[in-house]
Amino acid sequence: MTRLPLLLALQDAAPSVVPADTAWMLVSTALVLLMTPALAFFYGGLVRSKNSLNTMMMSFAALSVVGIAWALLAYSLAFADGNAWIGGTTNALLAGVGTEAKGTIPHVLFMAYQGTFAIITAALISGAIVERMRFGPYLAFIALWTLLVYAPVAHWVWGGGWLMTRGVLDFAGGTVVHINAGVSALVAALVLGVRKDYGRQAILPHNVPFVLLGAGLLWFGWFGFNGGSALAANELAALAFTNTFLAPMATLLVWVLLDYFRTGRATAVGGATGIVIGLVAITPAAGFISPTSALLLGGLAAFPSYFAIVVRSRTRLDDSLDVFAGHGIGGITGALLTGVFASKAWNAAGNDGLLAGNPGQLGTQALGVASSIIYSALVTFLILKVLALVTALRAAPRAEGVGLDVTQHGEEAYTTGEGSILVMPDASPATVPARALTPQAAAR
Amino acid sequence: MKLIVAIIRPDRLNEVLEALYRADVRGLTVSRVLGHGGETDRVETYRGTTVKMDLQEKVRLEIGVSEPFVDVTVKAILGGARTGEVGDGKVFVLDVNQVHRIRTGERDEQAVTPAALAQV
Repeated sequence: MTRLPLLLALQDAAPSVVPADTAWMLVSTALVLLMTPALAFFYGGLVRSKNSLNTMMMSFAALSVVGIAWALLAYSLAFADGNAWIGGTTNALLAGVGTEAKGTIPHVLFMAYQGTFAIITAALISGAIVERMRFGPYLAFIALWTLLVYAPVAHWVWGGGWLMTRGVLDFAGGTVVHINAGVSALVAALVLGVRKDYGRQAILPHNVPFVLLGAGLLWFGWFGFNGGSALAANELAALAFTNTFLAPMATLLVWVLLDYFRTGRATAVGGATGIVIGLVAITPAAGFISPTSALLLGGLAAFPSYFAIVVRSRTRLDDSLDVFAGHGIGGITGALLTGVFASKAWNAAGNDGLLAGNPGQLGTQALGVASSIIYSALVTFLILKVLALVTALRAAPRAEGVGLDVTQHGEEAYTTGEGSILVMPDASPATVPARALTPQAAAR
Repeated sequence: MKLIVAIIRPDRLNEVLEALYRADVRGLTVSRVLGHGGETDRVETYRGTTVKMDLQEKVRLEIGVSEPFVDVTVKAILGGARTGEVGDGKVFVLDVNQVHRIRTGERDEQAVTPAALAQV
């Protein structure tokens, strides 16, 4: 086996911008940003048509609200020098974030790349509270969540915080992104409560092709998510890229087979879900395990999430689009299996896992999982409870019945325009002569 | 026998179907329709173009019933569809000249009696 060069040693030795690395990270940043619109399609297809615009806007809004919160303060709290728990404010308002090298890429690019992660993570949570949460409080929630939950946890794992110093392996964000979002989604679903129709009538996906489109674009974007997490165009990026290529294939296959043996049919929504779970599970492991391990990890990851979804849908827990079963359980599976399959032969900067004779790594991984579960659950609960004191989090039952597209956004996804009357901005319809309706006009 | 035609809100359909099921009313036709019942106009905006949605989405139920079922059917629809606001809809009860069940050729009262109930 080839020994990959030490990424960190490279960075220390060359504190200048490397054009090849910069080129790959520019592309990766755009790829990861695309994942948020992709998620909008994935989630948007899974809800009923009367809530499809609201659901998609929840993802799109994160592009703005979370991105701005990131630039103004959250980036600094995550990556500026601070203590073991949280970064400092030296980079607040992007102070000191210029084109100088951060590793081997310009600092501004590093900030933008990490910002795309914050955006998708907040957007992921929305899947648990679709079809019932008011849009305004949702915007406030994701802004506060980025500052109070995402930034600290990102600091723990990537920004020099306490989990990083303890050697938790999280290549591209299994803990920071997926466990974090999954657990917060679970808490948000519990605080918001069930949709009024939940368990009383079938709530079906309104556009399964959208779900497949979203899953496909998520996979495409995920090459930037995992491949870009090497922060360079090197062997490690190629390993992470290839593992991202392989793992979801195995998950998709196992998921479809599970579907087939349980119900006798291979479903498209199941296939799309399987792809996303495979991507989630490979995320923490992408740059630490061999490609054959990635196939195995992908296949194994299908089981816990598959059965979590089956069980969840029979309970009164309305995690509407199964964010916890997908990203929470999938992220935990991936983080723990990283501790099983990790190998220094593939990434010397990483560590050996259980199969390479280092069972301790599994314990370290479990510590990372447990601490992020506890922290994000607690703080998400507090943010929502405090917001609930100020304003109603849920739409009124009547508005929920009519649909959030019309009541929150004043638009419909699929309107024919039949029966709609144009409201003139400066003249009322009565003062505009209706030429076409006069007998003379009709006679011509 | 009568034909009961009801225009209701789409989001009350499930309640109405549940109430009809409880009242042992089987066999109905549902269609999506556009209509207006005097409710406040809904205003929507598309890229600065403001429109008044004059016609609202409604659901029309058509149910053929025998005489003993007329009152329970109407009651079930009223109970299930009512929100108390303008736009809840209407229930029309119409006389029917003839009914034929296509499968068996049965006529009138027999044709609107569910097969399962007729055997009891």
